[in-house]
Amino acid sequence: MDITLTTLQAVAVEEREETVTRVSKGLVVEKLGAYYGNFLAVADVDMTIRPNKVTAIIGPSGCGKSTFIRCLNRLHEVVRDARVVGKVMLDDEDLYDPRMDPVAVRRSIGMVFQRPNPFPTMSIYDNVASGLRLNGVRNRGLIAEKVELSLRQAALWDEVKDKLKKPALALSGGQQQRLCIARTIAVDPSVVLMDEPCSALDPISTLKIEDLIAELKQELTIVIVTHNMQQAARVSDYTAFFLGNEKVGAGELIEYGPTRAIFTNPADPRTENYITGRFG
Amino acid sequence: MASAAPAASKRAFQARALFGAANLPDIIFRTIVFLFGALTLLVLIAIIVASMVKESSQSIGVFGLSFLHTTVWDPVKEQFGALTFMYGTIVTSILGLLIATPISLGVAIFAVELAPPWLGNSISIVVELLAAIPSVLLGLWGIFVMVPFLQRVVEPAFIERFPDLPLFEGPPYGVGLLAGGLILAIMVIPTIVAISRDVMVTVPVAQREAMLALGATNWESTTWAVLPYARSGLLGAIVLGLGRALGETMAVTMVIGNQPQISASLFHPAYTMASVIANEFTEATFDLYLSALTEVGLLLFGVTIIMNMLARLLVWSTARASQQLGGA
Repeated sequence: MDITLTTLQAVAVEEREETVTRVSKGLVVEKLGAYYGNFLAVADVDMTIRPNKVTAIIGPSGCGKSTFIRCLNRLHEVVRDARVVGKVMLDDEDLYDPRMDPVAVRRSIGMVFQRPNPFPTMSIYDNVASGLRLNGVRNRGLIAEKVELSLRQAALWDEVKDKLKKPALALSGGQQQRLCIARTIAVDPSVVLMDEPCSALDPISTLKIEDLIAELKQELTIVIVTHNMQQAARVSDYTAFFLGNEKVGAGELIEYGPTRAIFTNPADPRTENYITGRFG
Repeated sequence: MASAAPAASKRAFQARALFGAANLPDIIFRTIVFLFGALTLLVLIAIIVASMVKESSQSIGVFGLSFLHTTVWDPVKEQFGALTFMYGTIVTSILGLLIATPISLGVAIFAVELAPPWLGNSISIVVELLAAIPSVLLGLWGIFVMVPFLQRVVEPAFIERFPDLPLFEGPPYGVGLLAGGLILAIMVIPTIVAISRDVMVTVPVAQREAMLALGATNWESTTWAVLPYARSGLLGAIVLGLGRALGETMAVTMVIGNQPQISASLFHPAYTMASVIANEFTEATFDLYLSALTEVGLLLFGVTIIMNMLARLLVWSTARASQQLGGA
C-alpha cells in the first residue's frame, strides 16, 4: 500500500512539474494614488511586494485597502470615473504605461473576491476552464489537464472530482471560494490578489483557504487584504498597515515590513494602536 | 444554495397566508382579494370566450375543422377558411421578433454596459418613447415612407441578388409580410429594450469583475458573464414582445397588403387575423360571414395563448435550469 501511494504521489508531482509554467514576480509600487472622481481614496503609496511571499494588507474599514489592490491589476479603473496615478512595475514593465493593455495585465495578475462569485450558469468544470477558454485555449486535453491541476492545487479536487458537471452553485460557500481560487490560478497568473477572501466563510473553510495560501506561495506572489489580524499574522510574510488620513480621508501606507516585526515591534504608534485593538 | 433558503421560507409564508388560522380582517381581506382574482380570471375570460363561441357557432357548425386548414376566404361564395390569416399573423410576428431581438439586445447592452450613464439613460428614454407613438401613425409612416422604400430599393436588390430563392421572390409590391414584420419590429423594440435593460442592470458587479479579472474584454464580460446570468429574464423580455406583436392590428393592417394568401416570399402581400377582423367587420352583411369573422377572433385568442404558453415554457425551463444551477 505504502509503495503504491508513494508512486502515485511521485507521478502527481512529476505531472505537476511538467505543467507548471508560471513564474512568480514581485511588484514595485511607486507613488500610487487612486481616485473616485475627485475623491482621493489612496494616496502616495510606495511599496515593494516580494515574489513568492504573502503580503497582507491590514487596516480599518474605508482605509483604501481594497481600492489599493484593485489598482494592482487595473481593476480599479473599471469603476466609473475612477482613475489611478503613479506606477506599478511588474518585472520591469509599468502596468500603467499607456501602451499597456489592461486585459493583458489582468491575465497575469489574478484576483479572488470578497464573496465567492462563481459563474452560476456554468458547471464546476466550466468555471475553472472559463479563463483558459477566454484566453483562446481550445485543446480539450490541455484544458482537462489544467482544470484538474488547478482544482488539486486549490485543494478541491477530491471533493468535486465526481461531480465536475454539476453546477458551481451546488457547492458550499467555502468550496465556492476555493473554486474561484482554482479558476484564478488556472490561467497561470504570476501574482494573485485576494480581497478579504475569507470574510464570508466559516472558520473551517477559512483554515482551508489559509493552508492553500501557504501552498500557493511556492509558485505565486500573493497579496491578501484582511480584516482579521490573526489571519494576517498566520498567513503572511510581510504586512502593510493602511490608515485613512484624518483630514482628507485618503488611505495612506503607514507601515510596511516583515509580519513578525509589524506585530511584535511596530515602529509607528498608530500601527501598535491598531493591532492591539485600541481603534479601528 | 444561497437563494434556496429564502425561496423556501417564502413558500412557507405563502402557505401560511392561505391556510393558516387568522383573524377576521385577514379573512375579509383574503376573500375580497380572492374574488378579484377569480372574477378577472374566470368570469371575464369565460364570458368573452363563451360569447365568442356562441357568436361563431354557426361558422363552427358549417365548416368544422376545415376552417383551420382551408385557405379559401370567399364571402361571395360563402366559403371561409382561416389558415391564411393564421399564417400571416404567425409569420409577421416571428419575423418582427427576429428583426427586433438583436437590435433591442444591442441597444440594451450599449445602454447598460458601454455608454456613460447620461447617454445610456437618454437612449433608454428615447427608445421607450417609441412605444408612445400611436400605431395608426406608425402605419401611416409605413405606407408613405417605408413601403415605397422597400418597393423601390430593398426588395429589388434582394430579388436581383437571390433570383432563385423562393423567400425573396418578386415582384416587389412594397406591402407584404416583410413590411408587416418590420412595422412589428419597430413596435416591439421598446418593450424588449426596456425589460432586457432592467434585467441586465440587476446582474451583480461581481460577475462582471470576475470575468474581467480573468482577462476578459468588455465584450467578453458581457457575453460570457452578463448575458448568461440574465438569460431567463431576457427570454421573458422577448416573450412580452411576442405577445405585443401577435395582437397588433392597425399598423400591420396598413402595410401588409390584405391579401388572404400563403406564399413563401416575404415580399408578397398577406393578411393577419387581427387585420381581417378590423377590415371586414363592417362589411359582414350576413350571419355566416359575421360568424366566421368571430371564429377568426377566437382563433387569434387561441394562437396567442398557445404561442405565449410555448414561450413561457421556454422561459420556465431556462429559469429552472439556472435554478438547478442554484440561482440566477
